[in-house]
Amino acid sequence: MAAEVRIAPLWPMVAGQTQSEFRRLLRVWEFTGFGLAFPLVLYVFIGLQGSGPGAAQYHKYALASMCSYAVVNIALSTFGITVANERGSRMDALMRATPVRPVAPLIGKTVAAVVFALAALLLLYAAGILLAGISMRPEEWFNLTWRLLLAIIPFICMGFAIGYLSGPSGAVLAVNLILLPMSFASGIFFPIDGLPTFIKDIAPYLPMYHLGHLAWNAVGVPYNDIWKSVLWLAGYSVFFLAVTLWAVRREDDRRFS
Amino acid sequence: MPDSTGSSLASTASAEAPTAGPVVELVDAHKKFGSVEALRGVSLAVRPGELVGFLGPNGAGKTTAISLMIGLRRPTAGRALLFGLDPADLRARSRTGVMLQESGIPLTLKVREVVDLFRTYYPKPLPTDSVVEMAGLGEFQHKLVKDLSGGQRQRVYFALAICGDPDALFLDEPTVGLDTATRRSFWDQVRGFKRRGKSIVLTTHYLDEADALADRVVVIDHGLIVAEDSPEGIRRLVPGKKVAFSWPGVTAAALAGLPLEGLVIDGPRVSFLTSDAERVLRTLFAKGVSITDLEVAGAGLEEAVLVLTGGR
Repeated sequence: MAAEVRIAPLWPMVAGQTQSEFRRLLRVWEFTGFGLAFPLVLYVFIGLQGSGPGAAQYHKYALASMCSYAVVNIALSTFGITVANERGSRMDALMRATPVRPVAPLIGKTVAAVVFALAALLLLYAAGILLAGISMRPEEWFNLTWRLLLAIIPFICMGFAIGYLSGPSGAVLAVNLILLPMSFASGIFFPIDGLPTFIKDIAPYLPMYHLGHLAWNAVGVPYNDIWKSVLWLAGYSVFFLAVTLWAVRREDDRRFS
Repeated sequence: MPDSTGSSLASTASAEAPTAGPVVELVDAHKKFGSVEALRGVSLAVRPGELVGFLGPNGAGKTTAISLMIGLRRPTAGRALLFGLDPADLRARSRTGVMLQESGIPLTLKVREVVDLFRTYYPKPLPTDSVVEMAGLGEFQHKLVKDLSGGQRQRVYFALAICGDPDALFLDEPTVGLDTATRRSFWDQVRGFKRRGKSIVLTTHYLDEADALADRVVVIDHGLIVAEDSPEGIRRLVPGKKVAFSWPGVTAAALAGLPLEGLVIDGPRVSFLTSDAERVLRTLFAKGVSITDLEVAGAGLEEAVLVLTGGR
């Protein structure tokens, strides 16, 4: 019998999924605009102060801070809020009934989030150069960029966990309730020295603290624990991936068993 | 594994299709949700090229049955097979198209884009133009999905279900909420797809829909199949005539002793089913009852299912 049993190749699936994610980003401006504009506005408020001899270094430091915030915001929103929405609208049920391989939407979303994050970084760089007159060596720009785009991974995993653990409206709340306090506690908005002692004690255990230190180090702030931070971020990736898998399994038991 | 669809099931294959096994098969399938038994032992085989209509009241187990067939849920006991495989197997799903009762689609894509996206999921998809045409989406193809009306979105779901040129198509309540004209054009689309030799499983609580489309009607109630036959066969299972008339001051007692079923009295309006309309009317006329607006019609599928499912 000629009834051959075949499944579709993976890469066209991934390409189609990635293209769809880009289209969504380009069309949903209330989402994309927030991811791009909010860090920019924050940067204008807190990143441009100071003059005199220390100002140049402060400006670089503040730019790296805001870039860290922008990247984490995009990872958490893209994954947390979108995944929760897809579950809420039962789009996931339709997808599950098709022969799409689950890894394809995952890769598509990741590529889109990384490119989105890159766009946000470039916008902040432009603001830094134009408004604060920042001038950095090429390798400083380069290091800041690739470090942040690589360190986005644990936050993508975290966003995924949020998306699977909360509903569509809960996810927006969860992302903001996590992102803002975590940013403050990690010294992203204000230097960590000014924070209350108990927060200072917690800070080294937060993933954003480590992302921040890698970013500041890229623009010239001395930091001796680079590998320790890399390990922390890797550990957080594994942790949130495990939480996500657990949540996916819980979802399977509830809705698809 | 060149052919996993036929040989292992050849023994259960129907007489009409001796060379190919059933496209879908449920074998004594049970499904419990907590303490609720949604399916209590359903066995069914859908043959290649057949359109099977699942009929039954809400909560009868239709959607649960379809969920087992497409692998969205797993039977608590018994088996579900799709092309002889586990329904969740990607090889089985690659030959299957599905329209779910409630599901989302990417709202920020244009119709044509979402069809193109879903085409990448299938090994041998139909050309996008054919899909758009078969689903009647020509004039909407460059619109965003979020700007479509309910009926137009339903066409998109249909397009997504057929874009992979599936051998088996599952439609769960596909015309809920559509107006009559849209429903009829949807039926034409389903018939068009069936002419390609495809198997289709449809659930509906619109009886005219099953009547218009199905080769075989499966009536399901309380998680059990209560009847299974051609639409004509199902109709033969119940009293032949539907009688209605107006009789001011009518009471159920006044009709006691007559051979009728499914009596409904709504003010002066009386309606019931009977296998002997002549005798009932003769008796009433003999009593000197004056009735108006008399209607006598052959009972349809609707009445048949009402009787088969105990009037729920």
